[in-house]
Amino acid sequence: MSLAAEFDAARYRNRRGRNLIVLGLSTVATGIGLFVLAAILSDLLWEGASAWTPALFTQMTPPPGSAGGLVNAIAGSLAMTVVGTLIGTPIGIFAGTYLAEYSRGSRFSQIVQFINDILLSAPSIIIGLFIYQVMVVPMGHFSAWAGSVALSILVVPVVVRTTVDMLGLVPNSLREAAAALGTPKWKIVTLVCYRAAMQGMLTGVMLAVARISGETAPLLFTALNNQFWSSDMNRPMANLPVVIFQFALSPYDDWQRLAWGGALLITVTILCLNIAARALVNLSSLKQ
Amino acid sequence: MTPETLQTRPATPPMPEIRGHDVGASVPAAERHADKIVVKDLRFYYKKYEALKNINLKVSDRQVTAFIGPSGCGKSTLLRCLNRMYDLYPEQRATGEILVDGRNILDPKLDLNLLRAKIGMVFQKPTPFPMSIFDNIAFGIRLYESLSPSELMDRVESALNRAALWTEVKDKLKQSGLGLSGGQQQRLCIARAIAVKPEILLLDEPCSALDPISTQKVEELISELKSEYCIIMVTHSMQQAARSSDFTAFMYLGELIEFSATETVFTNPANKRTEDYITGRFG
Repeated sequence: MSLAAEFDAARYRNRRGRNLIVLGLSTVATGIGLFVLAAILSDLLWEGASAWTPALFTQMTPPPGSAGGLVNAIAGSLAMTVVGTLIGTPIGIFAGTYLAEYSRGSRFSQIVQFINDILLSAPSIIIGLFIYQVMVVPMGHFSAWAGSVALSILVVPVVVRTTVDMLGLVPNSLREAAAALGTPKWKIVTLVCYRAAMQGMLTGVMLAVARISGETAPLLFTALNNQFWSSDMNRPMANLPVVIFQFALSPYDDWQRLAWGGALLITVTILCLNIAARALVNLSSLKQ
Repeated sequence: MTPETLQTRPATPPMPEIRGHDVGASVPAAERHADKIVVKDLRFYYKKYEALKNINLKVSDRQVTAFIGPSGCGKSTLLRCLNRMYDLYPEQRATGEILVDGRNILDPKLDLNLLRAKIGMVFQKPTPFPMSIFDNIAFGIRLYESLSPSELMDRVESALNRAALWTEVKDKLKQSGLGLSGGQQQRLCIARAIAVKPEILLLDEPCSALDPISTQKVEELISELKSEYCIIMVTHSMQQAARSSDFTAFMYLGELIEFSATETVFTNPANKRTEDYITGRFG
């Protein structure tokens, strides 16, 4: 064996060793993450599945010691999530469009995006307290409207971020091609850029819905809770996260059972939303 | 292609009006074959950098003019001045005059959308919109005309026909334009550009992303279209310039070095640098 070959062999062994160590550490880290996830999910499935009875979806939240379900909380969550998304999505899309299309690269746009990213990771309890201060206190009572607005504030930064990112992925050549036909700017944005970025933007909205459907803190100070069926957005309204919070901390077995059922329901919903969002992304990448 | 499918343009098509100006009405037909575009003392800046230095040029109607030169010489920049594409970017600006049919298009009061509707452009990479083949073509037509569905269909068919694409796509007009091959996409873009009935076609290296067969098709298309349009083409391929253009402009480092009939430029160039470039000594 020549000298050069021996040197290379030593270097190769060395490299392989380092590679093995790093690979090993990565695998262990992945394993820990997956183990925790699996533990949470299996526990949830084990405890929650037994609580999934028809009553869960048909009966009101019960007083301790009697049978009941979560139907008012499910309906309340649904209502506030839908209203929150309906308020937050247009604001987010308009703001994102402004940042990506009309003030791209400007200092102002960069600052706003930075602040938006801070809002994106702001503790949701702060947002709950903020809405408590600006809506609940002046109105004098908790309400589903306040809950919806608090959720919409969580929706906005997610939608802004994805809108900016997705419009950023639309190649400039497409804008130039549209402009070269004599297309006014607003039509370039709405007819060409939106169409190109549509699936990504929809994914963003779905992720925002997934995010708010499990939020407890913003609702605790705004929509509060309601033991009864309520369709009045001006009154406190039951919702899954707060009910789970309340029931899980209670000493009553049947309440805890319902909390497990609700937790599983939220998890399954978020899982489905994430899968749908992922499927949309795949669909759009397939097309291109 | 039957003569019926050919679009006939009005003898003196209207140019975009310059607001606040009442510059002369229609240009006599005889003169239209002469200088469609006159560039006077054009300078162009990317921020502080001067990319075009005092360009003077006259482009004839119904002819193909090619811009050649090494990368970075400013040929694409010059092309992008002619429909003011640079206006999309705030840090770019041009000074001097570009007269199209006698009207200065660098006038800040000019309506850019109307200008660009009259000056079509095809880019280096095919840029089909993410919509159906039909909608790709109809997009530009719908911007300025409201036609009945059957009229619109006729216009789309005629544009695709003239871009030599109709037979390939007539059964899949509802499918996405992104599903076509590169060469087909580029012809789709040419069809899209001519569907709005421009007077001038700007082609920015239209064949650089295409294989030889698609290139040949596009070149044939160019020579067919020149009977109706003033065509300006940027190309990296000197063979292409020699094959398909009537006039050639050689640019180098932001300057127009030589501009005359293609044959002259390629057989008897007046400038040493032109000769060096076309004989492959640099570039």
